[in-house]
Amino acid sequence: MERRIYGIETEFGLTHSAPQGRPLGADETARRLFAPVLAWGRASNVFLPNGGRLYLDVGSHPEYATAEAATLQDVVAQDAAGERIVDDLRAQLQESLDAEGVGGTVHLFKNNADSAGNSFGSHENYMIARRTEFSRLVQHLLPLLVTRQILVGAGRVHPDGPPSFGSLALGDGRPGYSFSQRADHVWEGSSSATTRSRPMINTRDEPHADAERYRRLHVITGDSSMSQTTTALKIGITDAVLRMIEAGQILPDRTLADPAAALRQVSHDLTGLAPLELAAGGHRSAIELQREYLEEVTRFVQRHGAHHDRLDWVLGLWDRGLRAVEEQDSALVDRELDWAIKKKLLDSYASAHGMDWSHPRMAQLDLAYHDTSARHGLFHMLERRGAVETFVTPQDVERAVVEGPPTRAQMRGRFVAAAHDAGVSTTVDWVHLKLNGEHQQSTVMCKDPFATTQPDVEGLIAEITSGRA
Amino acid sequence: MAQERIFGTGSRREEEPDAPAPATPPSSGAAQAQHDTRGTDDLLAEIDGVLETNAEAFVKGFVQKGGQ
Repeated sequence: MERRIYGIETEFGLTHSAPQGRPLGADETARRLFAPVLAWGRASNVFLPNGGRLYLDVGSHPEYATAEAATLQDVVAQDAAGERIVDDLRAQLQESLDAEGVGGTVHLFKNNADSAGNSFGSHENYMIARRTEFSRLVQHLLPLLVTRQILVGAGRVHPDGPPSFGSLALGDGRPGYSFSQRADHVWEGSSSATTRSRPMINTRDEPHADAERYRRLHVITGDSSMSQTTTALKIGITDAVLRMIEAGQILPDRTLADPAAALRQVSHDLTGLAPLELAAGGHRSAIELQREYLEEVTRFVQRHGAHHDRLDWVLGLWDRGLRAVEEQDSALVDRELDWAIKKKLLDSYASAHGMDWSHPRMAQLDLAYHDTSARHGLFHMLERRGAVETFVTPQDVERAVVEGPPTRAQMRGRFVAAAHDAGVSTTVDWVHLKLNGEHQQSTVMCKDPFATTQPDVEGLIAEITSGRA
Repeated sequence: MAQERIFGTGSRREEEPDAPAPATPPSSGAAQAQHDTRGTDDLLAEIDGVLETNAEAFVKGFVQKGGQ
């Protein structure tokens, strides 16, 4: 498709650290974090005036789902806005705990793994055309998802070496650094499960739109990105390959013999050269597979033209990111891609203090990189110092906190804001808007995710603002 | 960067430290190198200022039930 809807769901990590006292438990911290949400929306699962959704998920994770965005700029701004909104809850909880004399520090992490081997995700959603054969789409997309981590992985320190995976030898087995946070926690190519046996693509078919025309592709293998440019590249590359697959482009079969094993091999091999076994026989490295995709997309764009105004940027950073691995020169992307930004920071710290990857401080820095706090978060420290690139302006992010992007989300957001201001009770999901109460309003359906206005929705909003609801 | 809170009142990000004044771009290669070194030292000092002393306890203390 030439134009599609994107969305990102982020599960945040949360902890209360109190070296001098007794820290709150995970459940209590999450419950207290959501107290202002409960007061605002009378529920811990709410849609917001910017069209996004905020809720407590499996395992007491605060989770934020961005509103439907139709451009890379909007999805990046909405994702950054979500981090701001949840971080603001953290700041409020910190103030409360300080006032109560509980002390300690609440940390919110936009990462994907804790110290005990638990993982939580960043889920990407792409609207795709229903007419595309799904199994063919998955076939051509999986090798991309397995190998794109050498560009858009968030980087992770392994103080005890790579976690074991059957008999597979990963990296050199010594303490080290991997491209991805999430790779060690994904178990199969595609299925309908999410927590039991975590796949790369979740096949659950919930289009949240006209089901005859659209389907929603749910990719759950990616890392959460701190860097805006990493988010933009992650979505931009995946969209560009989807467009080519959807157009019916003939592509060679690159099915990997064991996608879960390959995911780990790629993550723990910073050279990008590890040979991955193909189902049809033969081997390819992550670099080779990525170069093939990039060449195919580049030729496709030459024939069919660019479908958005940042495509040249996507292709440029895609190429430079691969060169960084090929030439083993991460400085080529250490202002734009998370794994390289983090590695540069850790390398300077390690060399200044004579540490190696096994030092506990390295794992602490890894975690602190993902801390959402402006004061404690290392990524945000770099951002403040101008050491990383951005993709949208601070004003874009500020706007995205309070306003939906120009899609169905904007309409939903205006409905939610009007109802909240008027104290009117509503029932809202991604597709439906309804006023509750004695008026027994009919449910309004918003099947077209690109529509920014709809007469029946405007009618509902007018009813609320005129005090008739 | 103060802005309206969605939940609750008051301005947010009040804890944000003031941004350091932008440095003037150094003119020569040597000055650039010196500038980078100073920038790195300064950054590492800022990091040490916010990290909890016991790295191991901090990392081990972050245990989250599994998500999706």
